[in-house]
Amino acid sequence: MKIPRLTFWRAVFLVVVALGLYSTYVRFMHGLGASTHLSDRTPWGLWIGFDVLCGVGLAAGGFTMTAMVYLFNLKQYYHLTRAAILTAFLGYIMVTVALLFDLGRPLRLWHPLVMGNPHSIMFEVALCVTFYSTVLAIEFAPCVLEPFGWKRLCAIIDKIKVPLVLFGVLLSMLHQSSLGSLYLIVPGKLHPLWYTSPWLPVLFFLSAVMVGLAMVIVESFWSGRALGHKPDMKALAPLGRIMLVVLAIYALTLLQIRWSRETLGLIAAGTEESYLFLLEIACGILIPGILLAMPRVRLQPRGLFTAAVLVVLGFVLNRMNVSVTGMAAISGEKYFPAWTEISITLMLVAIGCLLFNLAARYLAVFPHHGPAAPRVPARADAAVPEYMAAERS
Amino acid sequence: MSYGMLFDVTRCVGCLACEAACDEANGNHPPEDVRDLRYDKWTVVRTVEVDGEEKHVRRMCMHCQDPSCVSVCPVGAFKKTELGPVIYDENRCMGCRYCMMACPYNVPTYEWDNPTTPRVRKCIMCYERVKAGEPTACAAACPAEATVFGKREDLLAEAHKRIAENPELYYPHVFGEHEAGGSSVLFLADKNFAALGLPGNLPEGPLPELTGQVLHRLPNVVVTAGAALMGLWWIIHRRQELAASPEKK
Repeated sequence: MKIPRLTFWRAVFLVVVALGLYSTYVRFMHGLGASTHLSDRTPWGLWIGFDVLCGVGLAAGGFTMTAMVYLFNLKQYYHLTRAAILTAFLGYIMVTVALLFDLGRPLRLWHPLVMGNPHSIMFEVALCVTFYSTVLAIEFAPCVLEPFGWKRLCAIIDKIKVPLVLFGVLLSMLHQSSLGSLYLIVPGKLHPLWYTSPWLPVLFFLSAVMVGLAMVIVESFWSGRALGHKPDMKALAPLGRIMLVVLAIYALTLLQIRWSRETLGLIAAGTEESYLFLLEIACGILIPGILLAMPRVRLQPRGLFTAAVLVVLGFVLNRMNVSVTGMAAISGEKYFPAWTEISITLMLVAIGCLLFNLAARYLAVFPHHGPAAPRVPARADAAVPEYMAAERS
Repeated sequence: MSYGMLFDVTRCVGCLACEAACDEANGNHPPEDVRDLRYDKWTVVRTVEVDGEEKHVRRMCMHCQDPSCVSVCPVGAFKKTELGPVIYDENRCMGCRYCMMACPYNVPTYEWDNPTTPRVRKCIMCYERVKAGEPTACAAACPAEATVFGKREDLLAEAHKRIAENPELYYPHVFGEHEAGGSSVLFLADKNFAALGLPGNLPEGPLPELTGQVLHRLPNVVVTAGAALMGLWWIIHRRQELAASPEKK
């Protein structure tokens, strides 16, 4: 057997996982107190803010892409759906594993399913995430089944694809927005720059759609680099355009809420919160919005990639602001995650990347790679200049 | 029949008898230097200085009429009992700590250092004692009648009576009558409550209504969105079918 060569990134991966495993030991042998900086004043930290809120959001590409391809019949994006579904599926697995770390009694993860409280947003989220993970598993199944030649099962899944996708989209709409609704009950704790009743769920849903598309772009570039094929600008550039539209809707909704609540002034208040809010807007909306609005930038792989990464960063900042920094002032405590918290998060992300890489190599995820070609042929490799000419004319 | 407690800041002498009684009644043994709520300390008397005067203010579960913790708990571990106390069932709790996040008074605390079976801890208004017709341990122990136990409506009337009889002493407001939908525990003071460290930005209505107004719309949203998406799919699908073979009708 050949021993894999130790490259730089493999070494990083090993270090991250080793530290993460040590932190896992501390978490489960000595408890949340020893492994986190959480306290009675700050009961939710990095694991809820990043692993769960961002994790679910960054996995939104799964439902946006399947909706576009199977419900709106935009077949030109078909070859992007499998990678998006894979990202989403891995994302939800990561979220569930992160929850096992964060819950005080992880073995009771199933409790909401049998003793649910219908007035609880968290219960609704738990139900939706459980069902949607199942939907994703079925949507992802062909990628595993095809290489093994299980055609009959694939055909059955193909038959129920449209209702399945519809179910998944509805579930996603529900829980993506409900993650925002979680914060509706803390009007006195969350800073008014982020607290807006009843619009939080709407903002969470719009930003999830936005970041879902951004993630599809980012992940196409990364997997392209890892697997050595060119990103398909012919499909990705129009996706950037759709992202721009969602971005504009999100920005307008945000502006309208600030305007109607007369909290526009808070943005220029010069407080720590106002700077974070400005950073979030500039990084996640303004700069990528301007970049995407310029065809010259959007049609260039580098420009499109930069805009998408900025949208992702702005999104992460938004979720961290809602869940951690926006709550800090009232809690009277400055929370910063313990290194053990950070290392567990890094480990989960690293394992997620590894699984993505393995699946991309060995399963039927990408049209150019993997053992079996997907049913609908992907368009031939995009000739970028030709396409640019087509859009300009 | 709903019971409650009335705490009058003007009467409290800061003897901490309520703390000791609470610790004993609930089997808690906190170190002496614990001066805020903790898993083993369910009430504290805080000393704050307002306008150069020392004031003693209790901190404990307010036992809201429509509690956030009850509404947010995904497994229904919290319950508002008919007698007034908000109680907790540790056998249901999975430790998500949403109750701690949602509580407007930051009351629930957690056993952070218990690695296997951590619980949420908070004042349960001596539920067993109240069920047996006895007053809460803290109220029974108070030598100055600063904390009194009784039916909520009686306490509310008593509070308003005290304000009416002594308008120059009292700040004209009963904290807990309307805050976040009202609570079983009521506060009276001679200073502004925000200055005493109680949250000053709570809306009058119950907080669970904020989520309720969204939650109630969800069935409608799902049906509408489902029908709209289904319709879109059908129209697009049909148009493409016709475009592919126009003779098919």
